[in-house]
Amino acid sequence: MPEKIKIAIGQGATCSGCDIAVLDLDVELLKLFEVAELTFAPLAADIKYKDVEAMDDGEITICLYHGAVRNSENEHMAKLLRKKSRIMVAYGACAAFGGIPGLANVTTREKIIDTVYEKTATTVNPEHVRPQTHYVSPEGNELELPELFEDVKALDDVVDVDYIIGACPPTREMNVKLLGVVVDFVQGKAQLPAKGIILASERTLCEECPRKKPEKVFIDEIKSVDYTRLDPEKCFLEQGILCFGPATRAGCDCKCIKVNMPCRGCMGPTAAVLDHGASCLSAFTSILKVSGSEPEIPEEEIEKLMAKVRDPLGTFYRFTLPKSLLKRVVQD
Amino acid sequence: MKNTFKPQIIVFCCNWCAYAGGDLAGISRYQIKPYFRVIRTLCSARVDPEWIMEAFRLGADGVMVAGCHPGDCHYIGGNYRTRRRIALLRSLLRQFGLNPQRLELAWISAGEAEKFATTINSFVERITELGPSPYRKSVADSRGACASKEVVDA
Repeated sequence: MPEKIKIAIGQGATCSGCDIAVLDLDVELLKLFEVAELTFAPLAADIKYKDVEAMDDGEITICLYHGAVRNSENEHMAKLLRKKSRIMVAYGACAAFGGIPGLANVTTREKIIDTVYEKTATTVNPEHVRPQTHYVSPEGNELELPELFEDVKALDDVVDVDYIIGACPPTREMNVKLLGVVVDFVQGKAQLPAKGIILASERTLCEECPRKKPEKVFIDEIKSVDYTRLDPEKCFLEQGILCFGPATRAGCDCKCIKVNMPCRGCMGPTAAVLDHGASCLSAFTSILKVSGSEPEIPEEEIEKLMAKVRDPLGTFYRFTLPKSLLKRVVQD
Repeated sequence: MKNTFKPQIIVFCCNWCAYAGGDLAGISRYQIKPYFRVIRTLCSARVDPEWIMEAFRLGADGVMVAGCHPGDCHYIGGNYRTRRRIALLRSLLRQFGLNPQRLELAWISAGEAEKFATTINSFVERITELGPSPYRKSVADSRGACASKEVVDA
């Protein structure tokens, strides 16, 4: 029996859904622990940062880092775990593309802190207290708190990343495959795959979608999933629901589609695309239906038609704003 | 500031109308302010929205997409797609904090040399008034001084 490999699970700005996704391996977990030992996982085991600091460089075989990087603690741990790990994986949409926390790039740190410490209806803060990174208590104890960054970043903006796994969270099937890759590598059966995005398809979700596709799709009226009774067989776009299948990478086994929910784009764009949001925009603009013939429609009507897409930034860049070309919102 | 500011503008021209119009404008010796670079594409619909984002990322102060007049597209309906995309891109750019007037759509036929000149000139004027793009600063911050040079030379 060869020595067990060491696994670490790092956390950045995350909801910890990715931790749960690992636990979702259920019986496969037994297989995992046959070959691996958990060296660092804040959610599951009591191992301190200083224990990680005490490890040798490259001692951890594989680190799954989930969550975006948005404060100095996230960055410190990302760099530390990178140093201590042979394989660094940006695990899940937040680490891969910035994810939902990445939408904080529509505003500024100042505004976020103002909202949280001042502006919500239930906040009582007469002394205008703001978070400090350094504090000395009356007893003389020094306390350090991480500093919130101006921009939310993806993991590979901060450290060198070997593998990127999208999805929010990575599916059980993806985890089983990842486990297979790791086990085969440990047992010397196979080489590691090339760096980059793994466990994903090179095609878009539409190509793998099991729903019936019409020859040509048109959206008559954009509808909300909340108020629409959805046909489980028909294409979502045909039903007026913005589904990101045309612009999103496949490889998630159509999890959402199979439970009658449209794709929201958590797998990110395909390899040929630089900007997920722009790609979604191209896909949707062409299929909004107009009454009458297009050549006779004045420009203002087209603007009105396009105004039906509410909040294009938040919708098209839901998971990928920090990895988009413009990265963040600015002031003109 | 306003007087010395020389904007950098990217103009995507479709091969069949706008580019030919620009060509004719040159031959006809219309005076056009030299602050724009033309990129020729086969159709205005070939201009992927991400190219426009990329232009702004690299620090362009304005982007214009010029194609055939509605009804005149060499590929029958390409320009209808273009105008849809530009309309939505404008509201997207507004959310990104850019003035949507930095993105312009123009219909210029192969014979409209004068229109090419006046369209470009008035766009240059508008962008000069708007000043440098806010993304230009972040380009300079992240890649040093050579970045802006790269844009000038490109």
